[in-house]
Amino acid sequence: MRLQYSPNVKIIMVPCTGRVDILHLLKAFEDGADGVYVAGCMEGDCHYLTGNLKARRRVEYVQKVLESMGVEPERVAMYNMSAADGPRFVQVAEEFKSKIQELGPSPFIKPKDQAA
Amino acid sequence: MIVGERKPLDEILEMVKDAKKILIVGCKGCVTVCNAGGTKEVGILAATLRLARLKEDNPIEIDEMTLERQCDPEYIEILEERAANYDIILSMACSIGPQYISEKFPEAIVYPALNTCFMGGAQEHGVWAEFCQACGDCKIHLFGGYCPIARCSKSLLNGPCGGSADGKCEVDKEIDCVWHLIVNKLMKQGKLDQLTQVKPLKNWTTSRDGGPRKIVREDLKI
Repeated sequence: MRLQYSPNVKIIMVPCTGRVDILHLLKAFEDGADGVYVAGCMEGDCHYLTGNLKARRRVEYVQKVLESMGVEPERVAMYNMSAADGPRFVQVAEEFKSKIQELGPSPFIKPKDQAA
Repeated sequence: MIVGERKPLDEILEMVKDAKKILIVGCKGCVTVCNAGGTKEVGILAATLRLARLKEDNPIEIDEMTLERQCDPEYIEILEERAANYDIILSMACSIGPQYISEKFPEAIVYPALNTCFMGGAQEHGVWAEFCQACGDCKIHLFGGYCPIARCSKSLLNGPCGGSADGKCEVDKEIDCVWHLIVNKLMKQGKLDQLTQVKPLKNWTTSRDGGPRKIVREDLKI
């Protein structure tokens, strides 16, 4: 399909979203990400049965962690999509990018760091 | 196991507010099993604190380690060379850990990152419940294998009370009335008469009534 999506979406592949841990999500913020989203299979379609449901709960945990720091919880999100639905992947990438752009740069990285 | 729960982030941030370099020490015992203070939780707390302080433009340096146990002096000794390097040591063990560390290293400032909640067991992934109050004189064999001291809201030894309805406790509908369970179990076993027998008073001096407790085993001493 050769669909185009925003180049500032960096993909980190995992065998199943069930592998995504709270620490991975926090580490992404520590490494300077403005937002992180987990793109999992449709609920009910997990090859490992509940990987995407576990990922959702971990995302929700990190949302609470961000909230407790006074950071917008929307900076981390869970999306479900079919591996066969490329246009949906692009739509989600653009949607999340716009949402993060509205929220602005990461509150964890100060302007002087960003300039460096 | 001893079941603990991490303190709220605000409380921990307040503890370390003046610190520039801290050590977070986990424990591979009970608190690892109840997912409160093992290696992974140490990592999560460290990342969370670093982020929270970055946000305030006041970065903090955090080292992480997890000890085999924090309730045995020999495992605390490993901190000998490191303890002096930190403004604060945050222990993620049950409250025994920070007490052992601060006793061993009197100069160190040691804070607990967990609230030690109760002695209990896992009911399912992510759910733990209280099963024991360490009264020091176990009587569960008289109550169908259930502990009315830990699991009855009133610790009644002659329940159920009038607050039991549909097998639930009046304190919270989520709490099973343990006396409902005891009576049902003994009825099924045909041993309900066990509850009508007159028993001597329970010896509470083995509980906290006798002050802090200690066990000495001469056969194990070196």
